[in-house]
Amino acid sequence: MVAAPAVQAAAAGSTAASLAWLADLAGAPLPTRRQEDWRFTDLSSLAAIPAGVAAPAADQRGDPWAELSLPAGVTRLAGAAAEAQLGTALAVSGCQQHWPVLLNAGARPALLALKVEGDAGTLELPLPAPAGEGVVAWRLLLVLEPGARLDLLQVPAPAPAQRQLLSLVSEVVLGEGARLQLGCLAQGHNQAALFHHLAVRQASGSELQATLVSSGWVLARHEPRVVQEQGAARTRLLGLQRVDGRELADTHSFVRFDGPEGELDQLHKAVADGSGRSVFNGAVQVPRLAQRTNAAQLSRTLLLSDRARIDTKPELEIVADDVKCAHGATVSQLQSEELFYLRSRGIDSTTAAGLLQRAFCQEVLRELPAGALRHDPMTALLGAA
Amino acid sequence: MIRPDAPVLLEIRDLHASVENQPILKGVNLCIRAGEIHAVMGRNGSGKSTLSKVLAGHPAYTVTAGSVLYKGEDLLSLDPEQRSRIGLFLGFQYPVEIPGVSNLEFLRVATNARRGQRGEEELDTFAFEDLVRDRLSVVQMDPAFLDRSVNEGFSGGEKKRNEILQMALLEPVVAILDETDSGLDIDALRIVASGVNQLSSVDNATLLITHYQRLLDLITPDAVHVMAAGRILRSGGKELALELERSGYDWVDAELARLDAEGERQPLEVA
Repeated sequence: MVAAPAVQAAAAGSTAASLAWLADLAGAPLPTRRQEDWRFTDLSSLAAIPAGVAAPAADQRGDPWAELSLPAGVTRLAGAAAEAQLGTALAVSGCQQHWPVLLNAGARPALLALKVEGDAGTLELPLPAPAGEGVVAWRLLLVLEPGARLDLLQVPAPAPAQRQLLSLVSEVVLGEGARLQLGCLAQGHNQAALFHHLAVRQASGSELQATLVSSGWVLARHEPRVVQEQGAARTRLLGLQRVDGRELADTHSFVRFDGPEGELDQLHKAVADGSGRSVFNGAVQVPRLAQRTNAAQLSRTLLLSDRARIDTKPELEIVADDVKCAHGATVSQLQSEELFYLRSRGIDSTTAAGLLQRAFCQEVLRELPAGALRHDPMTALLGAA
Repeated sequence: MIRPDAPVLLEIRDLHASVENQPILKGVNLCIRAGEIHAVMGRNGSGKSTLSKVLAGHPAYTVTAGSVLYKGEDLLSLDPEQRSRIGLFLGFQYPVEIPGVSNLEFLRVATNARRGQRGEEELDTFAFEDLVRDRLSVVQMDPAFLDRSVNEGFSGGEKKRNEILQMALLEPVVAILDETDSGLDIDALRIVASGVNQLSSVDNATLLITHYQRLLDLITPDAVHVMAAGRILRSGGKELALELERSGYDWVDAELARLDAEGERQPLEVA
């Protein structure tokens, strides 16, 4: 028993050693729980991932997107046109130096840069990880010209049974009156982790709806970051994360209004089962010039186990005085009256609990772009009914 | 219709129950035979709704004494879902809204649970749609309500129609309707009452829990019971309800005081 502290110290030392390659790759030390933004997010589970970078399969010219067929209105951006926009959304939303962004850059991501004009319909972007262990990195740039419209579904997926850390950095530039409906359906497995940054610049009159759904990752961190550069735009953020076993899912969102009359409607939901841990931090900044901003944020968690843990925090910084900013957080168990009502109609308690969980998730899942149904997100999230 | 030789469907004997250690039911006795419609009346807090919840198996209520036999079998040992599957139905006073659960899907799962118990095959989506559209006519309900979430945003009348629709699908043996008339305008009341009358037969029985005579103008009870202080104080025929309508419940206090003084706790039969 006397040896126990020494054994722990040795274990901690070996964790640090097995994470050192990630710090080298990012060119910066890993975040620690002493940093406010990482207080509830323990990265030690990344120690199980072997050092290395698995590059997405590419054609002879090194283009992993050669096979992707683009809808009319969507074209590849290259050279100076791409360079001019790349990194601007990260800079505007203040996350260039975030560790997951540095890691993505260090891993030499497969880059896809797209320009969207007119009503481009739907684009599904499967992001299958290649076989091979270590970091798999993608970087996307999406520029919607004024008035353009697109529904985009991203499906990042780890290779089966491979110990992988998926890194996805997406930048979006929305021109005046442009409209993007973005869905990210991220189903992991018990040896995979995900870091996902989504940085968006919105011009006035533009509309963004981003729906981020994830489950099954040992560790998943989503950072949607949106700046309404002139205000007067609409932002709708929806999130749904489910944790079970010893999984951890973390969403840190950030929205800033750099002009008046912007709108935000945010709903973040989490289902926490087993010994899972769910973290939500929703930052909203309304500086003095953002008068008549109308923002609403709601965090709702369904706590299904007494071993699961929830940390949820709104973080509103409001300087403007003529604004509406509502926020709320609920943590609940399955409602006993709802359960009894279902049981009184002959529905057994397991089926009834399943129906109620599905209902809880459906509110977010129904907001995914239409193509998401093909992936059966409900089954991915909750298993077969 | 009272037939002394009809089989007993529900027999409640000296039932005591409490919620959060607070005794509510203090010795209820009631016997219901096939083909009968019974009404339980009484003021707020008399224990009427508790009786309905205890019979349906609500987990917040604890039975502390007594028994309930359903077709001669012990009802109280069964889970709520088992009670429903063998033919007990509770029409809720306040039907629960369940956002995100489709009403159609809910009705289908419930119907199939009951059918499975009766040894009938489960209905698939298409077969069930045919059945439900047929049963909608019992309560003159708009099919649009099938596509919505269970009771979500339904008016009071729509919720109660949805309850009777469930009853029409589940075809219960004993239906307990807890203040199904509350919050209904006269048109909705007529529709709901007509639904109950259509569904009642010589093989099943109905227990109506109500405050008011107006429901009993539309559904004629074979027996009326007055509950007070957790037990049945008086039982009689349909004329007892009319008498209550005329004279109110003031006599109840006097009668309870007299019973307390006598230490007498037996219900009185009214001739």
